[in-house]
Amino acid sequence: MFNKGWVIGGIIVFVAAAAFPFYWYQIGQGKPFPKLELPAKEKRCVESVEFMRANHMRLLDAWRIAVVRDDLLIYTSTKGDKFEMNLHKTCIGCHTSTERFCNRCHDYNDVVPPCWDCHVAPSEIGKGEQS
Amino acid sequence: MTLTRRKFLKAASVAALVVSARPSAGRAFELKGRMSPGPKALQAGQWGMGVDMNKCRGNCRDDCLAACHEIHNVPYIPKPEHEVKWLFLEPYENAFPERSHRFLSKRVREKNFFLLCNHCEDPPCVRVCPTQATFKRQKDGIVMIDYHRCIGCRFCMAACPYGSRSFNFRDPRPFIKKINPEYPTRHRGVVEKCNFCQELLEVGRIPACVEACKEGVLTFGDLEDPTSVVRELLSEKPHIRRKPDLGTGPSVFYIT
Repeated sequence: MFNKGWVIGGIIVFVAAAAFPFYWYQIGQGKPFPKLELPAKEKRCVESVEFMRANHMRLLDAWRIAVVRDDLLIYTSTKGDKFEMNLHKTCIGCHTSTERFCNRCHDYNDVVPPCWDCHVAPSEIGKGEQS
Repeated sequence: MTLTRRKFLKAASVAALVVSARPSAGRAFELKGRMSPGPKALQAGQWGMGVDMNKCRGNCRDDCLAACHEIHNVPYIPKPEHEVKWLFLEPYENAFPERSHRFLSKRVREKNFFLLCNHCEDPPCVRVCPTQATFKRQKDGIVMIDYHRCIGCRFCMAACPYGSRSFNFRDPRPFIKKINPEYPTRHRGVVEKCNFCQELLEVGRIPACVEACKEGVLTFGDLEDPTSVVRELLSEKPHIRRKPDLGTGPSVFYIT
């Protein structure tokens, strides 16, 4: 092989650079996962924590389609609990701060969902136009 | 090694089958829970409205219009070309251009007509929407907009013969006096219009404008039910619809 040293050395450097986020996190230098503020009173979410963590956006999507297109309103979870399919009443009813719940995780993962461009975030309530 | 054309095509088609079959298997997301209508939801085959213009004063902007625009976070933008409206008032000759004859009776001439989305039987706006953001609900005939899907192309506005739709040329938030937190505002770049208060119907309430009108001008009910208040009113009094010759089948009836 020509330039054995360069080739193998180059591969090692590339792998080290590509894997940087993983070992950086493992040795404790990465940004720690943010602490989310959980509702004080309510302990049960719509579905299990694992499901919500992985699929909350898909659940909200399915809810929207059901409410807007099929005129449905009540969601009965796999555990049998009933919830109104309403972002404002159900989700924000418990998670009263988007800054200390939604945004912390979204910022950490660098995702910017446009929910609050239209839906009224709790911190926006009461604000309005002057003139 | 010899690879005949025949063998190559066979292998390629099998490979294509395998590759195309895989992603669709993993893509579908299914919610395990069950969904049902609200226990108090009002239901109909086709919601419709009767507007009794004999009773309407045509100038009480504070009642029906304000009630609607308040609960739906409709902005008040003074610049007419940026205006957003769900309900609006227009003189007879604008509302019924094909009926505005040379000599109109005083009663009709001096009044502003209460206009809104007609929730047509065959809505042209739905036919032109390229993203299916606007659609006619199978269940109750309400023509709705899914603002998440609207790309702001305004085909629907061009298609609507009634001018019922408004476009958000700018961020509406600063123009909303008092935001109702239970209903979303809109975003710059989407089209909006009356939704027959779908969010109130699903919890058992009638539309806000009907509730707000103190003169009893507005009647709301199921057009497919002959015993509904609207149908009873229509069977008693002569009425007209806006631009019926276009064949859109408006669900709003005017008693003049």
